[in-house]
Amino acid sequence: MREISVSKIRDTVTELCLKANFELRRDVLKALKAAFKKETILRAKNILKAIIENAQLAKKKRLAICQDTGLVSIFLEIGNDLTIFGDLEEALYRGVEDAYKKGYLRKSVVDDSLKRKNTNTNAPCITHIDIIKGDKLKVTVSPKGFGSENKSAIRMLRPTASESDIIDFVLEVVKSAGADACPPLVLGVGIGGTFDHAALLSKKALLRSIDTRNAKKHFRALEKDLLKAVNSLKIGPMGLGGKTTVLGVNIEEFPTHIAGLPVAVSVSCHATRSAEKII
Amino acid sequence: MINITTPLTEDIRENLKAGDEVLLTGTILTARDAAHKRLCDSLKKGKSLPLNLKNAVIYYCGPTPARPGRTIGSCGPTTSSRMDSFTPALISLGLGGMIGKGGRSDEVKSAIKRHKCVYFLATGGIGALLSTKVKSAKVILYNDLGPEAIYKLEVKDFPLLVGIDSKGRDLYDKAGWKKE
Repeated sequence: MREISVSKIRDTVTELCLKANFELRRDVLKALKAAFKKETILRAKNILKAIIENAQLAKKKRLAICQDTGLVSIFLEIGNDLTIFGDLEEALYRGVEDAYKKGYLRKSVVDDSLKRKNTNTNAPCITHIDIIKGDKLKVTVSPKGFGSENKSAIRMLRPTASESDIIDFVLEVVKSAGADACPPLVLGVGIGGTFDHAALLSKKALLRSIDTRNAKKHFRALEKDLLKAVNSLKIGPMGLGGKTTVLGVNIEEFPTHIAGLPVAVSVSCHATRSAEKII
Repeated sequence: MINITTPLTEDIRENLKAGDEVLLTGTILTARDAAHKRLCDSLKKGKSLPLNLKNAVIYYCGPTPARPGRTIGSCGPTTSSRMDSFTPALISLGLGGMIGKGGRSDEVKSAIKRHKCVYFLATGGIGALLSTKVKSAKVILYNDLGPEAIYKLEVKDFPLLVGIDSKGRDLYDKAGWKKE
């Protein structure tokens, strides 16, 4: 049994929060550069150019890519041959707090959804834990802004629904997000499981590189069809028209019940951020 | 490219058309959800506002804190539509312009037209780049709101697009897609 102390996890969370907020993901940056080449409308091109320049400046000066440095979600994959010593929840919260203080990141978390007093630490974070084989720990940090989070949606489709019904729902979500969610977007689509699990799958889909397709052939095909369908909406960068409405569409899926077909869409902006490390 | 300076008087506003690219220089005030709620709560109670909005420009923005040696942190726009229910009341007080991202409600559009106001679009998600256009930043109201406090910003050549002009013309109507 390998042992690890929570202080190591706390430091890793801090490091990853900073990295995610200052350095735009390589796959997202690559997609933005490809989109810049592809766009023909000058306004769309100019917006993409500014987005790329912003990513370069943020990395160089260690400034937040976007002022909405998000509510942090942390995904832990814990090996079943690993023992963690200490208060894990406390370590995660302190790890976030350290990063947001040290990195001059915005504290965007309120202590109560109705009373709404800022916690001034950006803690707490949202935590998801999976148990995996082995003795390693994979930590993935995803600070997500709420301009796009507010546009995410879930629908419990009928079990007899087809791929085209799924596409229609995703198009509805993207159209309703319109210009507000900072397109070009990245879409995470969770299909199957339960109401809650589909939403989690959609979030996990955002963590995967947008260069990587789903392992199953029919979901891979659906990812491609969705990308094409959404881009044919011509919403474009910042909703001002263009070929690039989404940079990538990732699907994660799970078995489900005979009576249902849950579909969740996590809408993410062009500053889709995450960072991961195995310890 | 059109250069404009604050205060955003009616003659400046009337000369701007939806789609115009603008560089704004002068003073702007940040305010987002919580600050809008407080301002409008004051108005509902019949109190006068603690700041003068006549020909002023409100920027829907909650910046990140400034690193030592910098004026401000990242400071891009937030989604404007969340302010829609508060906006007509502020426009009726003579507000000159607003800066944000995304579309506005019909109520806001008609208030803009009625009072010859202007709604500007800033590009979302480029807050680091926009921070280089801010020459000074100071909290002037609601300090307890943290990132949602009202900051007075002095900006130079802040890059904007006219989203809705004083005649109520909306740039998104010409973007080639329709929101459902």
